[in-house]
Amino acid sequence: MSKKIQVSTTINGEPVEFLCESNQSLLEVLRDGLNMTGSKEGCNNGNCGACSVLMDGRLVNSCLVLGAECEDTKITTIEGIAPKEGLHPLQQKFLEHAALQCGICTPGFIVAAKALLDTNPHPTEHEVRYWLAGNLCRCTGYDKIIRAVLDTAGVSS
Amino acid sequence: MQNFEYLKPTTIEQAVAVLYREGEHAKALSGGTDLIVQLREGRRSAKYVLDVKKIPDLSQLTLNNDGSLIIGAAIPCHQIYGNAAIAASFPGLMDSFTLIGGTAIQGRASVGGNLCTASPAGDSIPSLIAHRAVCVIAGTGGWREVPVEAFCTAPGRNGLQRGELLVSLRIPAQPAHSGGAYLRFIPRNEMDIAVASAGVTVTLDGNTITNARVAIGAVAPTPLLVIEASAALIGNSTSDTSAINACAVAAQAAAKPITDMRGTVEQRVHLVGVMVKRALAIAIERANR
Ligand code: FES
Ligand code: FES
Repeated sequence: MSKKIQVSTTINGEPVEFLCESNQSLLEVLRDGLNMTGSKEGCNNGNCGACSVLMDGRLVNSCLVLGAECEDTKITTIEGIAPKEGLHPLQQKFLEHAALQCGICTPGFIVAAKALLDTNPHPTEHEVRYWLAGNLCRCTGYDKIIRAVLDTAGVSS
Repeated sequence: MQNFEYLKPTTIEQAVAVLYREGEHAKALSGGTDLIVQLREGRRSAKYVLDVKKIPDLSQLTLNNDGSLIIGAAIPCHQIYGNAAIAASFPGLMDSFTLIGGTAIQGRASVGGNLCTASPAGDSIPSLIAHRAVCVIAGTGGWREVPVEAFCTAPGRNGLQRGELLVSLRIPAQPAHSGGAYLRFIPRNEMDIAVASAGVTVTLDGNTITNARVAIGAVAPTPLLVIEASAALIGNSTSDTSAINACAVAAQAAAKPITDMRGTVEQRVHLVGVMVKRALAIAIERANR
């Protein structure tokens, strides 16, 4: 068994080829194979959202995707969110609103919030809370996170 | 995670051949939101994982001209509710598909997978039953169809035989003046497992309910179609409270729940009556639109 699988993808706009075991998740490939440790492992079972990435523009939990399933897909991780210089507006607003404490959940929240604002630039508070219900934070109590996202969208809260 | 071989069949024939040859050792993978967790936690085992998303029949999503709907078994939830025409035609199904997990889960999780997982609390199942959905199944010996209410056989078990693959769900067109709804009770606002749930469809002629289907979830080993609850409504007025009460009582009588960390028997029996009544009210309101 355990013959390695060769996978061609695009990660953060760059073509990437990697070899993975059939039972490796995308999260493991990113963190252990490609040294992209921005995506976090919280629960490893789809509950916490710390591993959130975009797959062909769609928000997914990378702990629930096999590396082998990524053939011919476009992946965006937290490493691909900020411009070359400076911060993405969401990152800036998270700082301003103190929307993080330990920071483990933050990459997942930023990726998930970006996915929301890409399709719905001016969400209501309810839409933000609903969209982010799959991202857990043990530190902040969520309000600051929600406010940071709404502020980024130019929606007052 | 345990080791397995990853296969990517592109035809139904290839997939069922492996499923037949390997039996329990081969598992179909669509969204992976259940299977990958189960394999990782050792709750299921597999020597072969068949990624079925490249099989065209499992990746079709078609709203036919006659109003009927075909959902390929590997189609993720977001793709269904993201289709404006389908969402407008089947709001009761959308109630379910927008409730399964959170946003990221809906990006992967398929309705076919939710059904095959056969959880007593599976959110898609009562509404599929209420909408008269039929499972289209391929096997080495040919094709067969099974109504969704007969597909789940026990918690975590479905009626697929060795070498069989769920290909798609066929949902008939909803007659004029029909409406559907699904509701569940959970202690959180989002992202939780139903304590009790109900899926309902009705067809109206003026104020008279001419047809109805009531299905309940999380209150028995499998989601249930409750014929008596449906029958209590048919022929009666939408404002006939004694008929509506009889419908809820019939659903409660059919419920055979257990007490677990999510709720007690008494609470679940009570809640399922409440869910049926509330879902019915929404279905009637939608039928009147
Ligand atoms: S690590 Fe993937 S959802 Fe928690
Ligand atoms: S900041 Fe610590 S988990 Fe969110």
